[in-house]
Amino acid sequence: MSEALLELVEVERRFSVSAGLFRGRRALHAVNGVSLALRRGEVLGLVGESGCGKSTLGRMLLGLMPASAGEIRLEGRPLAAFSTRELARRVQPIFQDPYSSLNPRKTVGAIVGLPLAVHGIEADARARRKRVQETMERVGLPPRFFHSYPNQLSGGQRQRVAIARALVMRPEILICDEPTSALDVSVQSQILNLLEDMRREFDLTYLLISHNLAVVEHIATRVAVMYLGRIVEEADTVQLFRAPRHPYTRALLASVLTPEPGLGVPDTHLGVSYPNPLDPPPGCTFHPRCGEAMPVCRERAPAALADVRGRVECHLYDNAVK
Amino acid sequence: MSNHAATVDATLTESFAGPSPGELLRRRIRGHAGLLIGAGVLALIVLMAFAAPWLAPQDPYAQDLASRLIPPLWHENGSWVHPLGTDMLGRDYLSRVVYGSRISLLIGFSVMLISGVIGAVLGIVAGYFGGRTDLVVTYLITVRLSLPVILVALTTVALAGSSLWMVILVLGLLKWDRYAVVLRSATQQVRNLDYVTAARAIGCPTWRVIAGEVLPNVSSHLIVVATLEMGSAILLEAALSFLGLGVQPPAPSWGLMISEAKGYMFFSPWLISIPGLALFALVLAINLLGDGVRDVTAPEGRS
Repeated sequence: MSEALLELVEVERRFSVSAGLFRGRRALHAVNGVSLALRRGEVLGLVGESGCGKSTLGRMLLGLMPASAGEIRLEGRPLAAFSTRELARRVQPIFQDPYSSLNPRKTVGAIVGLPLAVHGIEADARARRKRVQETMERVGLPPRFFHSYPNQLSGGQRQRVAIARALVMRPEILICDEPTSALDVSVQSQILNLLEDMRREFDLTYLLISHNLAVVEHIATRVAVMYLGRIVEEADTVQLFRAPRHPYTRALLASVLTPEPGLGVPDTHLGVSYPNPLDPPPGCTFHPRCGEAMPVCRERAPAALADVRGRVECHLYDNAVK
Repeated sequence: MSNHAATVDATLTESFAGPSPGELLRRRIRGHAGLLIGAGVLALIVLMAFAAPWLAPQDPYAQDLASRLIPPLWHENGSWVHPLGTDMLGRDYLSRVVYGSRISLLIGFSVMLISGVIGAVLGIVAGYFGGRTDLVVTYLITVRLSLPVILVALTTVALAGSSLWMVILVLGLLKWDRYAVVLRSATQQVRNLDYVTAARAIGCPTWRVIAGEVLPNVSSHLIVVATLEMGSAILLEAALSFLGLGVQPPAPSWGLMISEAKGYMFFSPWLISIPGLALFALVLAINLLGDGVRDVTAPEGRS
């Protein structure tokens, strides 16, 4: 259970962004020194605001984008040493929007069968079709959808097709980027249950990228909180939801909308808006929005503190600072 | 698995009613009058071009100086021997119009093919790869757009000599700009969609991503541009022939026929109006077809 299947060591991803005419280009740190381990069989939830680098991290893990610095290792071997095809057989994505993740010009059978065709698995057309239909059935799609087009299916059915496409090659890791946020509430739980079933059935490991804390609490075993390209807190799900430590995590948990009437919209106390990632604040990047900021937070970036409860990057828990 | 299988099945059966994209397309085509008219007229002209030897009553090149400038049927001096009259050299005008459709269609299709391949490749490559590739292609497009087609075609044909194939080649190498512009932006839109990313994550080689994911989703743009450009190529050939630098006499090109008739415009107006009408009908049909294809293939809710 504790073996690290996928390991990130001080991973960085910089984008060169034009700062304006005649002012040259500047580096945008989308992912800034992330160290994270994905253990075999777990569901690691990655939460954070829009623009904090979650999706960039996911794309790097899929091998669609190289890391600017640091190293990503799959079973101890650097990701760069894998060929695209090798990596594709082990790590597969599930996207947020099932309306844009399926080619509208292809039938469900062709979409789910594409990985098999590309990798030359089941070269025989009949065997391939059988395998595609088996996988479809596993994810709850009746075989009669084989010749249907995505526009004939509902959002939930489309997401099942996307899951079938990801599973047809029996990968080990699924990178789920907001797998339910584009779906109706009534369908969300079906898809989450399906993901959970598939994980048990195929021994999968998930990285679940989401901003929906309820989803993360429901399915993740461990949670990493990301802020402005850094992991600010990492802990077991129960631990994190019961006793969040980083002020940002606390603000996130406080911001969850409840269906209870009369409570109104929760105040996150985050005050100022999300900082410009091109010009991050000095010291701890969270200090302009933090209710508990101390003078030291403006000057020095906090180091990661690991203990039995997890890992947190905050001066509040650094005894040396106090 | 079994505990929520029941709810799954309920939602699966409930919403399976939508028609397939092919069926949707057929329905929309049947409801589009412009497209049907355009396709019908174009089909007639294509049929006429293929069946020219059987349709034309006489040899389009045969001169008969004794029966020059015979007016068409609807004039009092018209006769059934020459239903559309004869020209200044006594050639049967109906036969020349019928054979002229071959030249117009040949030029239209060939130019469309040459420029379509060049423009589509440049546009898709630029849109898909972006970066430096895009810069180079955009530069090429800008250079091409700054060249006036008629002038360049005139110069080239004047220097290299004019023939049917020369006209096709010159127009084909000049008229790829709109394909490139349209397909570049269409590809840029498609490139960032999740299904392209998914195909890459599956391990598809780049050619397969472009051929399997990008091309089918930009093909409707390609068809629309191709039909409109075909009409414009036919008009350009007529213009070049009119200026004497296109198809050379005695070939029966509609543009050339208009050009040859301009001296007789006031006394034998049918000499200029009949090929003009033919040209108008062909280009109108092609443009109706192009507009129709654009409407029919537009995403839901737009027309």
